[in-house]
Amino acid sequence: MDGVVQLQKQLVDYIASLFHEGFLDEQFNQLQQLQDESNPDFVVEVVSLFFEDSERLLNELAKALEQETIDFRKVDAHVHQFKGSSSSIGAHRVQNVCITFRNYCEEQNVEGVEPWHRCLKCLQQVKHEYSLVRNKLETLFQLEKQIIAAGGSLPAT
Amino acid sequence: MATSSSSSSSSSSSSSSSSSSASMGDEKPHVLAVDDSLVDRKLIEKLLTKSSCKVTTAENGKKALELLGLGDGQRTFNNNVCKVNLIITDYCMPGMTGYELLKKIKESPSMKHIPVVVVSSENVPTRIKKCLDEGAQEFMLKPLQLSDVTKLRCQLTKFSNPHKGMLCMGR
Repeated sequence: MDGVVQLQKQLVDYIASLFHEGFLDEQFNQLQQLQDESNPDFVVEVVSLFFEDSERLLNELAKALEQETIDFRKVDAHVHQFKGSSSSIGAHRVQNVCITFRNYCEEQNVEGVEPWHRCLKCLQQVKHEYSLVRNKLETLFQLEKQIIAAGGSLPAT
Repeated sequence: MATSSSSSSSSSSSSSSSSSSASMGDEKPHVLAVDDSLVDRKLIEKLLTKSSCKVTTAENGKKALELLGLGDGQRTFNNNVCKVNLIITDYCMPGMTGYELLKKIKESPSMKHIPVVVVSSENVPTRIKKCLDEGAQEFMLKPLQLSDVTKLRCQLTKFSNPHKGMLCMGR
């Protein structure tokens, strides 16, 4: 029983730190509140969709930025989607770098290499934040699995 | 609760073409949610089911119109078309935007009575005005909260059944 209690505390502390460090925001709480007995894996399901979608978008972005002539509207469209999905699951830091990225895309009407470099940098940042939050969420889900496996229940949010 | 006074008993008591549910009157409103984002479709579906609504999702305007029987080449009297009480559509979608979808719905004699709610992640006053002017019931910001959806559901009940509206108090 002790082990479960410890794990539960670990989970609560971990989630709190993710909020504190800005990885997650209130929207994530909303997701957790939507989860119930009829759909106990809801959060994992939505977040998994987010992961899939994000991988796709990152690929599209990389491709778009490799083109001879960059179609900034396309880039912007992808980033807009990424911003939307990260906002929907509460991935706060990812959402923020997407906003920055979009601002750069909107400034792109200048000829030259500069805009492209900035966009590449932005893409790196988005990738970075995404992989950070992905790791954090996977760790979170692992903890939850351990608790359930040990016969415990997930602490209420 | 049967309200015999109203002659245009729309959604709840039509027994002829309700495709899935065999029960006499569908108590649950049927909502069509349109969004190109997989994540958001999943989310809106959950929000709606949790608010006791029946949900159908569509990933773009074209599919939405087909579901409503307004697609290219479809005839208006199509009994396989699902009866919908509310349409919630994202604004920014590739191809047909939510605004364009709204327009098409409001131009259709058979569908223009269905309330359409436009949602967007961006708070752009000109966009909002455009949608409201075109007949959108409401414009809401994403991500939607459960309280937003509960409020919509309540309004739905009031529209289709004025007497039932009273039961929405305090929810």
